[in-house]
Amino acid sequence: MTFQRKDVLGLEDMSAEEILLALDIAERFRAVFDRPVRSVPIMRGRTVVNFFHEPSTRTRISFELAEKRLSADIVNFSVATSSFSKGETLRDTAENLAAMKIDMLVVRHKSAGAAQYLSKVLECPVINGGDGCHEHPTQGLLDIMTMRQRLGDLRGKKVTIIGDISHSRVARSNIWGLNKLGAEVTCCGPPTMVPGNIARLGVKVEYDLKRAVAEADVLNILRIQLERGAGTGFPSNREYHRMYGVTEDIVRGLKPEAFIMHPGPMNRNVEIASEVADGPRQVILDQVANGVAVRMALIYLLSGGDPGALASSDAA
Amino acid sequence: MEWSWQRIPAEYLVTGVKLARGGKLAARKGFLHVKKGRIEAIGVGKPTAEGLPALDAEGLVLAPGFVDTHVHFREPGQEEKETVATGSRAAAAGGYTAVVTMPNTDPAIDNAGMVRYVIDRAKEAGLCRVLPTGAISVGREGESMAEMGAMIEAGAVAFTDDGSPVASGKLMANALKYAKMLGVPIMSHAEDLSITGGGCMHAGYWSTRLGLTGMPRAGEDAATFRDIELARATGGHLHVCHVSTKGAVDAIRRAKIDGVLVTAEATPHHFSLDHSCCREYSPLFKMSPPLREPDDVTAVADGLADGTLDCIATDHAPHTATEKELQFDQSPFGVIGLETAFAVGNTFLVEAGKMDLGQLVQCMTERPADVLGLPLGRLDEGAEADFVLLDPKRQWTVATEHLRSRSRNSSFLGETLCGRVMATFLRGRLTWREEDPSLG
Repeated sequence: MTFQRKDVLGLEDMSAEEILLALDIAERFRAVFDRPVRSVPIMRGRTVVNFFHEPSTRTRISFELAEKRLSADIVNFSVATSSFSKGETLRDTAENLAAMKIDMLVVRHKSAGAAQYLSKVLECPVINGGDGCHEHPTQGLLDIMTMRQRLGDLRGKKVTIIGDISHSRVARSNIWGLNKLGAEVTCCGPPTMVPGNIARLGVKVEYDLKRAVAEADVLNILRIQLERGAGTGFPSNREYHRMYGVTEDIVRGLKPEAFIMHPGPMNRNVEIASEVADGPRQVILDQVANGVAVRMALIYLLSGGDPGALASSDAA
Repeated sequence: MEWSWQRIPAEYLVTGVKLARGGKLAARKGFLHVKKGRIEAIGVGKPTAEGLPALDAEGLVLAPGFVDTHVHFREPGQEEKETVATGSRAAAAGGYTAVVTMPNTDPAIDNAGMVRYVIDRAKEAGLCRVLPTGAISVGREGESMAEMGAMIEAGAVAFTDDGSPVASGKLMANALKYAKMLGVPIMSHAEDLSITGGGCMHAGYWSTRLGLTGMPRAGEDAATFRDIELARATGGHLHVCHVSTKGAVDAIRRAKIDGVLVTAEATPHHFSLDHSCCREYSPLFKMSPPLREPDDVTAVADGLADGTLDCIATDHAPHTATEKELQFDQSPFGVIGLETAFAVGNTFLVEAGKMDLGQLVQCMTERPADVLGLPLGRLDEGAEADFVLLDPKRQWTVATEHLRSRSRNSSFLGETLCGRVMATFLRGRLTWREEDPSLG
């Protein structure tokens, strides 16, 4: 099986087979990380543009590293250093990019739907690096990869996502992807952050944290966006921590093998207690490493890479 | 004398037509006799006058010219979107002979001079009666009342801060009292921005799924409830603009039963489309109020059918292609609607079995005229001859070439609709004709 799609815009429109294929390839790339030479020459001579219309450090670095390990030529531009903050429309941006004949685009944008828009006007593959509150498919895939490394088949496994579901693209990508692989997803947070109609995406909604995590195999804790300020839907960081913070007390109530994920960057002692963030249950650095591997896999597959060929090449 | 489209005579007949008036479509064919811009005679059967040039419009429906209580013609200040002239052209192409323009121009229409300016521009264009509204508040800033009396003398027909709601209940109450003295309605864009602010589509399943900030129905409902209570308390005439929620329809229905002086309008997009249209993030489905749930769409259509909602208004809101190519959350609110209103009504109300053609015509003629208290939208002997010829069975697929507005932001591009405006006449003169050999 090879990738038939041009773009990766979200996990919503990916099949379970495509997700599993991407994760299998990612595992093979992950194996390369432990070698003395971690790069493979697969994307030599091809140009990948990282277009970040919203501040990002982790995702951008992870994509860059993935591209470098595939030996691609990389061009980065972000809002702060380009003309895009001067009122240029996304259409103009797209036309400029098309004229420059790039081979792949990674886009992070504050508007939901931006990656979808660019994918329609550009001939090259587009990878969504996060669009508004819509989807963040590479984060979703790296989360699922981390879960599978510990749980194997995800069918029937229970995943609880905790935090501001309303504004979380990470939550949406997790929900779509996990549902496709047969996991049971519960969303938890205050009702101001967990819209009741999210249930129609096929998840359970639970406003009580202890109940939400009692049967969970995995806790995926979302970052509370403190910068949102007024209207966030909770009275204070202290109260959020009291009601929805994952503390040692909460961890004591978990199943013995349950583990804890966080997409970073963490607000210690808000959504996650510092002891838990540093404790034995968390797998946060695995997520970071898997992120590079997942992004390598998608770039490889979207550039026409044959999974079969990879087995006998440098990455195997 | 032969009929000639090129030189429409001062006196002529239109024959072979079915007349739509008084909420009914005549079963038998009839005629219209126009003399010097006025209706000389009208009726079923054969015309009594002989030897006049006659337009044989066999098979078409003849209705009064449409009246729209809600359009944005953007002049002055945003002529790149629309002007009074280009808006009038779009109106004529949609069968409209009278439109009510909103005052949210730049600067706002908030004084008598600005009202006269719009009327003068409309006279230059000469394609449609343009009836300006004035702003309720100076600069539409929601602070102090604008000079409504002077604007009435200049020709304003109603007052509204449309585009923005009137946040202050005190100002709204005063405006209702003051407009009552002047004998005109206050048109309310009913929205509580403290509930909906920052949103870009209806708050519901699709906003959650798409990751877009929602505008809850409660924002429109609460503002509608407030304005109804202020109308009840003051006795002023409240006209609720672009009703989009079931809650607002129900509230207006109850208020009418209570005898509150409230009228209301609904747009074609709100009785035909729901929030799932936003699934591809196309800004051609972004407007305020937003496309709602299917049960709201049904409630709006039912409200028109049972008379709770008085009339169809387009909320024709032109925006440039550049603005409508921005991302959904960045793009401005609004879609155009003049050219497609009749076809959307005919397709989604008449063909869908909600009402008959006579009622649809009434929702686009008599009823909006009654909201304004103006002697328009009727085919009475002696009245000025504003009329349209309609082909209710004609299918067409909406394309940019059908649009006469300066802008192209229609929600219905690519949609196949049933019902076409074949020709529009203002004071007996042709303002629009579908280029079609079957029509002479």
